[in-house]
Amino acid sequence: MIEFDRVGLTYPEAPAPVLTDVRLHIEEGELCLVIGHTGTGKSSLLGTLNGLVPHFTGGSLTGRVTVAGRDTARTRPRDLADVVGVVGQDPVAGFVTDTVEEELAYTMEQLAVPPQAMRTRVEQTLDLLGIADLRRRSLLALSGGQQQRVAIGAALTARPEVLVLDEPTSALDPVGAEEVLATVTRLVHDLGITVVLAEHRLERVVQYADRIIHLPGDGTVACGEPGEVLATAGLAPPVIELGRAAGWDPLPLSVRDARRRAAPLRERLSTTMVRTRAPEPKNADSPTLLDATRLRVRHGRIHAVRDVDLRLRAGEIVALMGRNGSGKSSLLWALAGAARRAGGRLRVARPEDDGGVSGDGGTAGGGNRESCGPGVDPVQLPPDRARRLVALVPQTPTDLLYLDTVDQELCQADLDAAAGNGSGEGGARGPSTGRGLRPARVLGETAGDLLERLVPGIDRNAHPRDLSAGQQLGLVLAIQLCGRPQVLLLDEPTRGLDYRAKTALAVVLTDLAARGHAIVVATHDVEFAATACRRVLVLAEGEVVAEGPARTVLTASPAFAPQVAKILAPVQCLTVREVVQALDEPATGARR
Amino acid sequence: MRGRPARALHPVAWWIWSVGPATAAGRTVNPLLLVLVLAVLGLVVSARRTEAPWAGAYRSYLVLALVVIGIRVVFRAVFGGGAPAGAHILFALPRVPLPDWYAGVRIGGPVALEAVVAAAVDGLRLACLLCCLGAVNTLADPKHALQSLPGALHELGVAVTVALTTAPQLAHSAQRVRRATRLRGGRRSRRRGLSTIVVPVLHDAFERSLHLAASMDSRGYGRARVVPETRRRVTSALLLSGPVALCVGAYGLLDTTVPPATGLAGFAVGTVSCGAGLALAGGRVRRTRYRPDPWLTPEWIVAGAGFVGALALVMGTGFDPTAQAAGADTLRWPELPPVPVGIVLSMGLAAFAAPPPPAGVPGSDPE
Repeated sequence: MIEFDRVGLTYPEAPAPVLTDVRLHIEEGELCLVIGHTGTGKSSLLGTLNGLVPHFTGGSLTGRVTVAGRDTARTRPRDLADVVGVVGQDPVAGFVTDTVEEELAYTMEQLAVPPQAMRTRVEQTLDLLGIADLRRRSLLALSGGQQQRVAIGAALTARPEVLVLDEPTSALDPVGAEEVLATVTRLVHDLGITVVLAEHRLERVVQYADRIIHLPGDGTVACGEPGEVLATAGLAPPVIELGRAAGWDPLPLSVRDARRRAAPLRERLSTTMVRTRAPEPKNADSPTLLDATRLRVRHGRIHAVRDVDLRLRAGEIVALMGRNGSGKSSLLWALAGAARRAGGRLRVARPEDDGGVSGDGGTAGGGNRESCGPGVDPVQLPPDRARRLVALVPQTPTDLLYLDTVDQELCQADLDAAAGNGSGEGGARGPSTGRGLRPARVLGETAGDLLERLVPGIDRNAHPRDLSAGQQLGLVLAIQLCGRPQVLLLDEPTRGLDYRAKTALAVVLTDLAARGHAIVVATHDVEFAATACRRVLVLAEGEVVAEGPARTVLTASPAFAPQVAKILAPVQCLTVREVVQALDEPATGARR
Repeated sequence: MRGRPARALHPVAWWIWSVGPATAAGRTVNPLLLVLVLAVLGLVVSARRTEAPWAGAYRSYLVLALVVIGIRVVFRAVFGGGAPAGAHILFALPRVPLPDWYAGVRIGGPVALEAVVAAAVDGLRLACLLCCLGAVNTLADPKHALQSLPGALHELGVAVTVALTTAPQLAHSAQRVRRATRLRGGRRSRRRGLSTIVVPVLHDAFERSLHLAASMDSRGYGRARVVPETRRRVTSALLLSGPVALCVGAYGLLDTTVPPATGLAGFAVGTVSCGAGLALAGGRVRRTRYRPDPWLTPEWIVAGAGFVGALALVMGTGFDPTAQAAGADTLRWPELPPVPVGIVLSMGLAAFAAPPPPAGVPGSDPE
């Protein structure tokens, strides 16, 4: 079906080729997973399948890519539309029409399919994807999972033989992602469509793959059975890592496989874990940095956040989870004091009142009422003062970047924050600067120092838009942190990050927490939450439906449980690292 | 009314209909007639607008219309240039002395009631025309209207479609970025402040359009049949010569030294070759329509109500459009000529002839 014959690809002005000497053969009806870190050429590889590379992107392609017998370098994407269907990362960016039905028909209109056939196919596709009840809805009024299914449907109505999906679930919550992947596997099983799928979150897709193409990053490609590729690939979902740690061979690919193997492991852990598990950190003695009571946010008629109580103590990392549209972002914006709230009380400790919000010696204990002596409400502060207390990294971090080079952004950030250790004193920035300059918990680092610590090795002369998603996040994080906020809020920071970048982010956040920041991370990524966060808050329709230590909350819900927890239940274990630590415990010493 | 299936009227029917009220507004200065036109527009819009996002736009057109009237009146009062003898002086503004060579322009001075009324009526006319445009935009789905373009203009239509799709997104991302700039804090100079919003928004828009273009390309947009070389040449020749002939025709008609026959011939040749060129070019793109809007009796009635009305008004149906023109008589209460009133009222027929719009189609369902 798909044939790569000694394919090489070089973009103009790129120092090295993206692909070199790629030889691949993908059979009809296979689900082929493309994996690799950011910037290794996954999207380029997918682009060659329908001719977007090189027709649309430029670059020189050597060798031959043939799909269903057509040479994609010689056929324009539009002339391949009847053979290859493409679905991108952000479905909304690819929508041409307004309603579901029209969107499904669009490709067929371009292919001049007779009207009667079009109606039949639209109906079939609506049924196949289970979206018949959405047919007249506006595309923008759908949930993320529904939008992505419509996008897949729109590609399917043209009856392509190959379906190319570039990170179809990266913007979706776990439930939406499962909807989409269930649809994709159904297509492979029932229609025999060849699917080529790129995905960062391997834990979601690995078990469905017939074949994996791994791009290690040097332009070459390794292709083979999932088990053998993953055994050596530098990146793997937790289930594989657990398999490696436990020494299972062959490696299990799905939670179910692993669970059937894991009985002895569970038994061993159930004895060790109880003994060795570090006690849940009690932050009761650390100062409260932020205290919110009965927060309410409304967008028009929609109550986005209803009566949420939240208290953050120094050194805490809290995960905020929930479906798309459950009010996570609204809550973060309200906590940052950057959006108007409909009600409730918000107090953030000022760095100069060293004791945090709770003025009266918080150890006295009791309930919600202990706090809020001298704190301030960031809504009432001008933006440049508010960000010294609470900083938010929004969902699209690039919204904050507007200069031409990384260096300029960093300098501007230093100016804004007057960070450079007294150098800002001369600026007539009003009384706020004088007080804000009091050395707080972070020493006088410039934004550049921060960036170097967070994401080392970024070219300072690069354009911020040319950085990878992880680097952009690091840059914005550095900019936001150089105002030295005590509370840091991150909205979906793991979107578009690969395993490496996510691990780095987790390390950075843990480090910041250790320095006394309180951090809230809104995320869909259960594995990330399991690694980085200690406390979890689950929102549904703007209300807190579950709150508690990550271990309890994440293992309780099947939708939010990380793979390791699913495999090892009822042992409450969240990450592979925990398992390894428990196994290495000298008490048993029997490992190996 | 009851039992008729809800569907959207063909957008072209609405466009043709709008010629009616626009002509009525353009051909009279009778404030009563103008108000009647506004009333008819209001009736049709409130009866037949959909729940689509753009359908809320009529309100902003009305506001704009009011602003136009206001500006008109204020300008007339300030730059009105005094009042003739016998005029009713309302009040006097302080005169701004201007040098002699600047004759003809006067700022300030007495403001006459007549001038203000005339300006208001003038503004009302303009407001009426604006509201006609607003009504059509509210009633007709712009994307459907573009799909009715001839095949050769398909690409133009798509460009407009992309613009229509990205414009609201642009507004959305501007809003998002403006919100985000608060996060970064810092006080900026005015220029800086602007660039913090403009730069990310433009980047965003650019990326979006690229995404959309890639998506459209990979979904087969612009697939063309292979066309024989001769036919392609003929098409280009026709499309090039047509506009040239049209230019010659226009020149011939406007320049009195050229015999009018030349001008007419130029126009005829230009029209024919343009039409033929477009038809030939349109044949190159082969595409079909999913559920095309039908053209049925309601379409005929609605389009007819507007078009025939316009025709009747232009033909002169026994009423002199300038009869109520301004002048010394401005302050007289205008008469209501029966024939134009009937014609304008008949345009309101559209409110009942058009089928009810489908309920809740592209909605803003709460997420």
